[in-house]
Amino acid sequence: MEEYTLLRQFADSWMLLLLFAFFVGIVIWVFRPGASKEYKDTANIPFRHQDKPAESKEARK
Amino acid sequence: MSNYIKLIVLGLVVLFAAIGSNYARDLAYQVHAILVMIIAGGLFIWTLKNTDEPDILVDRSAEYMDDVIRYGVIATAFWGVVGFLAGTFIAFQLAFPALNFEWAQGYMNFGRLRPLHTSAVIFAFGGNALIATSFYVVQRTSAARLWGGNLAWFVFWGYQLFIVLAATGYLLGGTQSKEYAEPEWYVDLWLTVVWVAYLTVFLGTIVKRKEPHIYVANWFYLAFIVTVAMLHLVNNMTIPVSIWGSKSVIVWSGVQDAMIQWWYGHNAVGFFLTAGFLGMMYYFIPKQAERPVFSYKLSIIHFWAIIFLYIWAGPHHLHYTALPDWASTLGMVFSIVLWMPSWGGMINGLMTLSGAWDKLRTDPVIRMMVIAVGFYGMSTFEGPMMSIRAVNSLSHYTDWTIGHVHSGALGWNGMITFGALYFLVPVLWKRERLYSLQMVSWHFWLATIGIVLYAASMWVTGIMEGLMWREVDANGFLVNSFADTVAAKFPMYVVRGLGGVMFLAGAVIMCYNLWMTVRKAPAKEASLTVAVPAE
Repeated sequence: MEEYTLLRQFADSWMLLLLFAFFVGIVIWVFRPGASKEYKDTANIPFRHQDKPAESKEARK
Repeated sequence: MSNYIKLIVLGLVVLFAAIGSNYARDLAYQVHAILVMIIAGGLFIWTLKNTDEPDILVDRSAEYMDDVIRYGVIATAFWGVVGFLAGTFIAFQLAFPALNFEWAQGYMNFGRLRPLHTSAVIFAFGGNALIATSFYVVQRTSAARLWGGNLAWFVFWGYQLFIVLAATGYLLGGTQSKEYAEPEWYVDLWLTVVWVAYLTVFLGTIVKRKEPHIYVANWFYLAFIVTVAMLHLVNNMTIPVSIWGSKSVIVWSGVQDAMIQWWYGHNAVGFFLTAGFLGMMYYFIPKQAERPVFSYKLSIIHFWAIIFLYIWAGPHHLHYTALPDWASTLGMVFSIVLWMPSWGGMINGLMTLSGAWDKLRTDPVIRMMVIAVGFYGMSTFEGPMMSIRAVNSLSHYTDWTIGHVHSGALGWNGMITFGALYFLVPVLWKRERLYSLQMVSWHFWLATIGIVLYAASMWVTGIMEGLMWREVDANGFLVNSFADTVAAKFPMYVVRGLGGVMFLAGAVIMCYNLWMTVRKAPAKEASLTVAVPAE
């Protein structure tokens, strides 16, 4: 098969399916149980450590 | 030891540049070779002076690396004014062709200055803003100092050198004539080196982060850095004609070359001017509004949707060309679908203010950021509409396109950057507040009215010339010659130029305000900055 036709067929089928499934997967993953609580913490990252880096991993608390 | 390696490398660069300036086949290459020779020579002497001096090691891991960001803020403001000035001047060149001075033909005519303007605003102003804010944001949201020590300085100064080489190259005729990718092969190679360093600094900082999660702004910045690297490499696959000249030939040919150019061109908009600046939005709007982003879930979906969709939108630049119909339809469909995530992101930015809308009345900085998001919404509605083939057949090659680009660039990129600068300067120079909020208000209104004048005049002139071009009489002959459309556009060109003057005036007021903030605004109380020595 010609290179163009081959790539075109692959792009139109499996690659399209893969990318679409990945995206749908992300959307589902975002709404997983317990996500809201975790994202609330993540969304507040900009309000910590304004002046200097954290000392250690525990410093976050 | 590393100093000896540096000296050897710098010495070789000086030698090579000296030979290059002698054998140069064209003026742009010769000037650049001399420039590189002087800079590398200066660095050689500077390195030599510091060689075998005792190393004073200071542990700075307990503080953020902010001095490079301060330089970045200054560079952003400086290049901004340069870029706006160039843009205003070429706007008047179009209205009054006499401004293409006879004595400066071949250097300062519209054709030479136009890429200087686009690169100055996109890459010099926008690029410096992105580098400076990304360094700021990645440190704060990772709770870690920038990785790589002085590598961040290399990124900053290396990028400035890229800007200078690109800008002087355009004036002297060193261009590969690809829109937004004009710099020639050796400038491209240099940018690649700088960009890889930028990616390593950014990724290194994320890797050593103390926060368990990567904040969404960093995802956007990272997508911007990675995608721009990919676009830059593929669109600049050129073979130099000679190592002693600036001319090069691209390996792609025909419609593939055109498609790759607009795959690059549109994603320069999508990832440089959108993803990167969305990173800015997701950090600075919550900070200035003092509340977290409206929906973190929406921000994640926004990110992935933008990443998946933008990359396909390029072919809408090539409607009614040699590009196959299916490809241009694909580009059109993806451009329209892109409307959704764009507005999702806009809503996320705007709704961050819910419960704090009163700040719009009292805080001109947040007003600036909000109008930026408003312009983002406007131009991401206009763009998909213009990508529809039927609309494009009217709008393409007209000034409507230029108006669209500017409502996005001046309104979205410009305003969000101004907002970020107003936020950053008091923080970085440890001032209690800005010098004058009234001046921010002046800047806000001058810039906003300037953009409205610009966009409105370009809509009128764009649609007008589009209609004039396609007007035929009863026998099927074209009614207007090209010169007729040019003559008809004159009043709108003057209005556009005045809009540019207002936008430029606002930016100059901003520079004065920021300067006075550093000089005159009361310093933040020492107790707030315990044991953080000035770097």
